[in-house]
Amino acid sequence: MLFLTGVCTVIAVSVLFVILGYLFAKGGSSLSLQFFTNLPAPTGETGGGMANAILGSGQVLLLATCIGVPIGFIAGVYLSEYSGAAFASIVRFMTDLLNGVPSIVVGVVAYTLVVLKTGTGPLAGGIALGIMMIPIAVRSTEAFLRAVPTSLREGAMALGANQWKTIGTVVIPAAMRGILSGMMLNLARVAGETAPLLLTAGLSMYWNHGWTQPVATLPVMIYTDAVGPQEDLHRQAWAAGFVLLSLVLLVNVIARTIISRGVHKPR
Amino acid sequence: MSSKTIRCLLMNTSAIAALACCAPLATAQTVLNGAGASFPTPIYQKWFSDYHKQHPDIEINYQSKGSGAGIASVIDGTVDFGASDGPMSDAQLKTYHDKHGSDVLHFPTVAGADVPAYNIPGVAAGLNFTGEALAGIFLGKITKWNDPELTKANPKIKLPDADIVVVHRSDGSGTTYCWTDFLSKVSPEWKTKVGTNTTVNWPTGLGAPQNNGVAGQIKQTPNSLGYIELIYALNNEIAYGNVKNPAGVFVKPELASVVAAAAGAAKTMPPDFRVSITNSPGKNAYPIATFTWLLVPEEFKDQAKAKIMKDFLHWMLTTGQKEAQTLSYAPLPKEIIATEEKAIAKIK
Amino acid sequence: MTGSASIASGVRPQGWVRSYVGRLKTGDEIARLIALTAASTIIVITVMLVWNLWTVSAPTRLKFGFAFLWTSVWDTNTGQYGALPYIYGTAVTSLVALLIAVPLGVGAAIFLAELAPPRLSDALTFLIELLAAVPSVIFGLIGIFMLVPVLQSSVVPSLKAVFGFLPFFQGSFYGVSIFTASIVLSLMIVPFIISVSREMLLAVPRDLREAALALGSTKWESTWQVVVPFARSGIVGSIFLALARALGETMAVTMVIGNTPNIKATLLGAGYSIAAKIANEFGEARGEVLSGLVELGLVLFALTIVINGAARLLIIMTTAKGTK
Repeated sequence: MLFLTGVCTVIAVSVLFVILGYLFAKGGSSLSLQFFTNLPAPTGETGGGMANAILGSGQVLLLATCIGVPIGFIAGVYLSEYSGAAFASIVRFMTDLLNGVPSIVVGVVAYTLVVLKTGTGPLAGGIALGIMMIPIAVRSTEAFLRAVPTSLREGAMALGANQWKTIGTVVIPAAMRGILSGMMLNLARVAGETAPLLLTAGLSMYWNHGWTQPVATLPVMIYTDAVGPQEDLHRQAWAAGFVLLSLVLLVNVIARTIISRGVHKPR
Repeated sequence: MSSKTIRCLLMNTSAIAALACCAPLATAQTVLNGAGASFPTPIYQKWFSDYHKQHPDIEINYQSKGSGAGIASVIDGTVDFGASDGPMSDAQLKTYHDKHGSDVLHFPTVAGADVPAYNIPGVAAGLNFTGEALAGIFLGKITKWNDPELTKANPKIKLPDADIVVVHRSDGSGTTYCWTDFLSKVSPEWKTKVGTNTTVNWPTGLGAPQNNGVAGQIKQTPNSLGYIELIYALNNEIAYGNVKNPAGVFVKPELASVVAAAAGAAKTMPPDFRVSITNSPGKNAYPIATFTWLLVPEEFKDQAKAKIMKDFLHWMLTTGQKEAQTLSYAPLPKEIIATEEKAIAKIK
Repeated sequence: MTGSASIASGVRPQGWVRSYVGRLKTGDEIARLIALTAASTIIVITVMLVWNLWTVSAPTRLKFGFAFLWTSVWDTNTGQYGALPYIYGTAVTSLVALLIAVPLGVGAAIFLAELAPPRLSDALTFLIELLAAVPSVIFGLIGIFMLVPVLQSSVVPSLKAVFGFLPFFQGSFYGVSIFTASIVLSLMIVPFIISVSREMLLAVPRDLREAALALGSTKWESTWQVVVPFARSGIVGSIFLALARALGETMAVTMVIGNTPNIKATLLGAGYSIAAKIANEFGEARGEVLSGLVELGLVLFALTIVINGAARLLIIMTTAKGTK
C-alpha cells in the first residue's frame, strides 16, 4: 500500500515534466528569433511570429498588476492592522465571493461594464485580470502581515512611532518577502488566464495602438492557433505555450525561493 | 535573495514594463478595427495585408470570430466595421438603428462555397451528396456512411460501415447560415425542426469554433463530416464532396461553379445587397454558395476613418477582386460591382 | 499628540474635531482612510459585479424561474433556454475528474507527509505546486494533441474491452468527449488536493502517530487508520477546493469536450460545460440569449461559492482540531 502512494507521487510529479518536455519537443524548433520579433503572417503564409502577442500580454499584465496589487495590498494591510471584527468579516466575505467568480464570468462582466464603453483592448483585459488578482493579493498580504510577531509592533510603538509609521517602516518590511512572492505567484497565475481575455482583449495582427484598441495576447493566440488545422500554426502554438509556461514557472520558482529563505511562513 | 537584489529586480522590471507600454503608443498610424466572419478570413487577411503594404500608415485589423459575433460587435459599436456571411436580419438592422440613429450598409465582397468536408480513411475527395442526404445526416437520421442514400449516389466508391461523426459550429456563424439555408430549401423537415440562422439547435454532432476549428476537428476525427469554406479544405488537404443542385447535376465546389451561382444574383439583387444564392438556378451552379458582406456603418464618427473605409472599398472592388481568385473565392459579377461603387457614396 | 479635549472648553463636538484633526496631522487617520478605501473598493467591485450579473440575467430568470435548471432544451430560435445539459456536463466532468484525482492526490499526499524524508518531500511538493501554475490553455493543448490520440489508439479500446458492459463506457469514442475532459481536469486539480491534504496531514499531532506505533501498528496501519481519519475533514476540504476549481475551468474543457449538449450515461460521448458554452456563444449573444448565458454564469458562480464555503469550513475544522 505504501508503495502505491509512492507510485501516485511519481505520477503526479511526472505530469509536469511530460508537459514541459512535450512543449519543448514540439515547440522548441519554432523558437527562432523570428518568433520573437515578427508579427503574425496572413493565413497560408509562413514566417509569422508572436512578437505583438508577447508585448500585448505584457501590457495587459502591467495594467492588471497596477489594479490588483495596490487594492489587494492596501486592503490586506487594512484587514490585518486596522479594522474591527465586523467590518473585516464583511470584507473577507466579499473577497471570498470575488475569488469564487469563474474566470469566464469575470470576462462577461468586464465586457458589459468596460468593452461596451471602450471597445476591446488592454484596458478591458487589464481590468478583468486585475479584478481576478485582488482576492489572492488580499489574502496573502493579510496572512504574511499577521505572521509578523506582535512584539515587533509593540517595540516600535514603545519607541514612539505612531501607527502608520509602525506599519510602514516595521511591519510591512518584515513581511515584505512573503508579500512580494505572493504577488509574483498571483501574477504568474493570472498570466495564463485565457477566458476573460477572449472576451475583452480582442485580437490583432499588428502592434497594439492604444489601451482601447484590440491587442494580441499569448494565451488567446495559443488557443486560436491550436484549434485550427494548419500545422504551421500548431507549431507556433506549441512555441508560444513553451514561452508562456517557462515564464510562469520561472516566476513561480523565484517567488517560492524567496519565501523559503527564512520568512515566517504563515501556518 | 537580499533586499538589494529585490529592489534592483523590481526597478528593472518596472522600467522595462514602462517602456513596453509606451512603445506602441508612439506609432502614428490610423487603425480601423473589424471583426466577424471566418468564412472570408483568408482573403480578408490577404487584402488588409496588401492594402497596408500600399498604404503603410493605415492598418486595418481584422479579428475572425464568427459572423454572429461580428454582427453583435457592429451593433454594440465596439468595432469600426463587421463582416458576415449571414446578412443581418430586419430585427438586427432595427436594433442597430435604434441604438445608433443611422443604418448599417451591406457590401458584398466575394462569393464562396460552403463545402461538405470529410475525413474517411481510404476514401478520396469527390463523394457525391444529395441535398436529402446532407439533411438526413445533419438531422441525425442517416447515421452510417454506407447508408443507401449515400451509396446510390456513389456506386463506384466503397463506403465503410462506420458512424458518421457530424461536426458543426459551436459559435454564431454565417457559414452555418448558408448551410442551414440550403438544408431548409431541400428539406421541409429541417426547415420546421431546425431552421435557418447563424446559431441553431443542432440535432446531432460535435461543435468547434470558427471555420478553423471545424477544419481542425474534421482532420483529427476519422469518419467525420462537416461544412467549411472551400479554401479551408484546399489549404489543409481535407477531402470534400460534390453537391447535387436543382438542375440535377452533382457540382464540384470550385471557382467556376461559385461564379455561376453568383451570376444569376446580379439580376435579382435588392438595393441593400442582402440576397441568398443557395440553390441557384443554372446547370453548373454550386448550390451551397453565398456572398459574404462587409457591414459598414453609414455614419462614421471619425471622418478620417470614413475616408479610409471608402478608399478601401474602392480598392476592394478593383484590385481586391483580382486577388480573390488566387484563393478560390469567386469575384463579384460586374453589375454588382458597378452598383456597389455607387453605394459607397452613402458612407458619411 | 494634541487633541485631548481641554477641561476649559468643555463642549464635546469641538473636542472631538480637534482630536480628529490632530490625528489627521500625524498621518494616522489618512493612512487608515486610505486603507479603508481600498477595503471598501473591494466591497464595491464585488457588489457591482454581482449586481451586473443579476440584472443582465433578469429577462430569462423571470421568464423561466427555477425551471431553467432542469429544462434540457436550449434553442435560440424558439426562445427556449434550459441549463440542464450544461449543468450535467459540468457536474459529470468535475466528478469524474475527482474520481481520478482523489486517489492519486491523497495517495501522493500520504507519501509526501508520512513517508518521504522531509527534504525530498519539500522538493517534490515544490514541483507539484508548479504544476498548479500551468495555464489552462496549455492543458488544452496537451489534451488535443497528446491525450486524444493516446486515448483513441490504446486507452479507450482497452477500457471498452474490460468495462464495456458498464453504461459509462458504451458507444463510440471520437477523441473529444466527457472522458477526455475529465482526465485533463483531473491533472489540473491534483496539485491542489496534494498540496492541501499534505498540509492537513502534517498538522496532525505527533502524539497520535507515536501512540499508534507504540501500540504495535505498522506504519501503514498507523497512517491509514489513525492519521488520515484525523485529517479527514481537511482532506475532504481540499477535495471541495479542487472541485470548485474544476467547475470553473473553461479553456482546457472547451478544447476537448466536444461542445455538444448531451445528457447521456456514457462518458465516451461529447458533452458541454457551462463555462465552455459561455465562452463559445458569448460573442454572438445579445438580448435574451445573453440573459440566458449570464444566468448560466450565475448558476456556476453559485455552485462555486457553496463548494468553496464548504471547503473552507472543513479546512478550518481540521486545523482547529490539530492545534488543540
